[in-house]
Amino acid sequence: MGLTGLEIFKQLPKTNCKDCGHPTCLAFAMAMAAGKAGLDQCPHVSEAAKEALGAASAPPVALVKIGTGEKELTLGNETVLFRHDKRFEHPTGIAITVSDTAGEEEIAARVGQINKLVFDRVGQLHSVNVVAVTNDSGDADKFVAAVKVAAENTAYPLILITEDMVAMEKALEVVGSKKPLLCGATAANYEGMTALAKKYEAPMVVKGADLNGLAELVEKVVALGYKQLILDSGAREVHKVLADQTQIRRQALKRFRPFGYPTITFVTNEDPIQAVADAAVYICKYAGIVVLQTADPADILPLITLRLNIYTDPQKPIAVESKIYEIGNPGPDSPVYITTNFSLTYFCVAGDVEASRVPGYILPVDTDGISVLTGWAAGKFTAEKIAEMLKNSGIAEKVSHRKVIIPGGVAVLSGKLQELSGWEVLVGPRESAGIPSFLKQRWNA
Amino acid sequence: MAVTIAKERWTNKVAEVVLGTEPNIVKIGGESTLPFLHFEGEMPNRPAVALEVWDMEPTNWPEILTSAYAGVLNDPVAWAKKCVEYGADLVCLTMVSAHPDNKNTSPEECAQVAKAVADAVNVPLIILGCGIEEKDAQVLEKVAENLSGRNFLLGCATQENYKTITAACIVHGHNIIASSPLDINLEKQLNILITEMNLAANRIIIDPSVGALGYGIEYAYSIMERTRIGALTGDKMMAMPVICLLGQEVWKTKEAKSTTEEAPEWGNQERRAILWEVTTAVAFAQAGGSLFVMRHPESLKQFRAHIDKLMQSNTY
Ligand code: B12
Ligand code: SF4
Repeated sequence: MGLTGLEIFKQLPKTNCKDCGHPTCLAFAMAMAAGKAGLDQCPHVSEAAKEALGAASAPPVALVKIGTGEKELTLGNETVLFRHDKRFEHPTGIAITVSDTAGEEEIAARVGQINKLVFDRVGQLHSVNVVAVTNDSGDADKFVAAVKVAAENTAYPLILITEDMVAMEKALEVVGSKKPLLCGATAANYEGMTALAKKYEAPMVVKGADLNGLAELVEKVVALGYKQLILDSGAREVHKVLADQTQIRRQALKRFRPFGYPTITFVTNEDPIQAVADAAVYICKYAGIVVLQTADPADILPLITLRLNIYTDPQKPIAVESKIYEIGNPGPDSPVYITTNFSLTYFCVAGDVEASRVPGYILPVDTDGISVLTGWAAGKFTAEKIAEMLKNSGIAEKVSHRKVIIPGGVAVLSGKLQELSGWEVLVGPRESAGIPSFLKQRWNA
Repeated sequence: MAVTIAKERWTNKVAEVVLGTEPNIVKIGGESTLPFLHFEGEMPNRPAVALEVWDMEPTNWPEILTSAYAGVLNDPVAWAKKCVEYGADLVCLTMVSAHPDNKNTSPEECAQVAKAVADAVNVPLIILGCGIEEKDAQVLEKVAENLSGRNFLLGCATQENYKTITAACIVHGHNIIASSPLDINLEKQLNILITEMNLAANRIIIDPSVGALGYGIEYAYSIMERTRIGALTGDKMMAMPVICLLGQEVWKTKEAKSTTEEAPEWGNQERRAILWEVTTAVAFAQAGGSLFVMRHPESLKQFRAHIDKLMQSNTY
């Protein structure tokens, strides 16, 4: 994979001048090999060394950006095959197609629909990322008109899907400054397409008929001096796309240079439910972008959620804010639940409180986003912290009773908590799924 | 430029488990590669899908789920037949009524229901307890005895109750679900404990305690990937097929339960709920699941169609 410290050391000036902040060139080389220092920190390194080390210390999957401004989409920099090995870096961009066969009003309406695909999850907004205009009409002017309407109606970056040079050139005259993704270069048009991409400094899809064809074409494009690339192996059936995506990622990590770029996948399945299933596979398996035909929120919500889950950093669980959450429309008699601010834990409890159909207040204690038992074992979910939250959150003004329900897993905390807070502590079930039946039996405010 | 296809040289494979008796058997496991990478190794058996049947009428299932089983929800035998009609490879009978909060049904009564269901359908059964470890041990012991020799799958066995259930499986010829809470070390440890009692490794199915899409799916996903890699690199105590009890998780979520009117910005409830179940299953299939327990017949149909496609060869 990366270079060893010794290989890097050979390229350094070996003067041990310390200007890089390291005691010796060797120490600096070791730090760089560990990914903890960058070559630019040594002011004395030669151009030749920069060249030699630059390529080798580049990430296995190149960083590629689409669009400009706030909604710019960044892809690449991936370093692993499995999320548990480290994490996946840049979430799959979700692109939705707009056909240039539709009328202008229809296009504007469809883009409006795409803009609305924004969902709140775990307290964050998640949305689709790209609008893909397709030249289904085969007509350059229609394509340009559609691209124009799309660009006027959305802040998302665009993908321009046409292999026709005239259509692409004209469309770029309109939206080229927004750095859309050109889609793209094939064996037949790559010279012209690459020239256009270079002119606008816009990223470009390279499409091969298969993996061999793709590798060959990428080399030709790179030989023309362009590297802002996205890969399309040409496969469209889910079993083949899975194989190609796996190969491309594996090869990239083995430093097979032609495959060191993010990928794009196209969902062409005609069955709408099967199409979502295919897209789910691509999100799990390395797709940089997945292009979908559907703008139905019922289709997009599961995919956005899956993307969030797969791209969550396994070392940094998502936490919810530690504050009072109201489920249903709780009043002064409603039950009060204590849990932790690990989002998974919180959402389990929230879901089960909701399922009980009894409105309630949930107080997730700040445990740095870890679960009930993990928090307890780590000393982050303690009677002191719970008492503090009961006191400072303002819950005492919202309810007239003084009863609090704690997770069954930390029953041992009840005595101390009662003592510290003065609240009556009810030990709930171990699993939040037991909350509905627990309430039936134990709760009367 | 010719690309040299990158293939891993795995040294081991997942055990193959046979459920049921001839001619109605279902085989799962046996993979010698990661899921659906036919270019690299064998995937001799397609993932199997079960539909869930309860021994009492569910009270909190959403309408779109209950309407698929209209008229049979209070009759486990008729319900099970309906599942087979819908194309289920197996029926997963859950003894919900045995829970002390429900009817506290006795182990003997549970065993009778299990027998009636087993005799009414020609697919193998998965029989689950009510989730109370002590009670499940009693229930499954009786079930195992009453269905002796049928080679079914019983669960869930945990650290607390595995001894009774394992012994019953050995004596009466069944297979066991070894359940651990999202923890690869506990998972492995339980498999060791069970095999030390002399139940063969190819009679154990791992339950990693999966969550639904949006509710911790990533934990189970990574544990399943690590389990599969462990299996392929030679760890025999991780080389068991994995069951995903996902229907029960999915149909608790608000994405599946909220009606179109309650959450219009999420689109049509039926489509969304089915997709919640299908997407959860699709992700777990990619992580290495071999046996899937789902609830909605349409989810089953769609997931099976998806698997049909993934089972096609992708060798280069
Ligand atoms: C994943 C995990 C981790 C992850 C943390 C992930 C995270 N964000 O929490 C990592 C790897 C970081 C970790 C670390 C540790 N862990 Co840990 N971990 C787990 C594991 C496998 C799963 C935890 C989890 O996510 N559960 C899912 C969530 C949703 O469960 P939950 O929060 O408990 O919520 C459920 C219930 O409690 C209940 N509930 C929650 N709130 C409420 C509220 C009410 C009112 C009610 C009624 C119910 C209720 O419903 C929820 C759903 O069922 C458990 C094993 C297990 N059996 O749980 C061990 C476990 C919790 N960990 C354990 C330990 C010891 C540790 C460490 C101290 C290990 C160490 N020595 O380093 C460290 C501490 C970390 C630190 N210093 O910060 C032990 C705790 C033992 C004990 N009983 O005290 C466990 C049980 C494993 C074991 N059996 O040994 N851990
Ligand atoms: S700045 Fe460059 S030359 Fe000076 S010690 Fe650091 S690596 Fe060596």
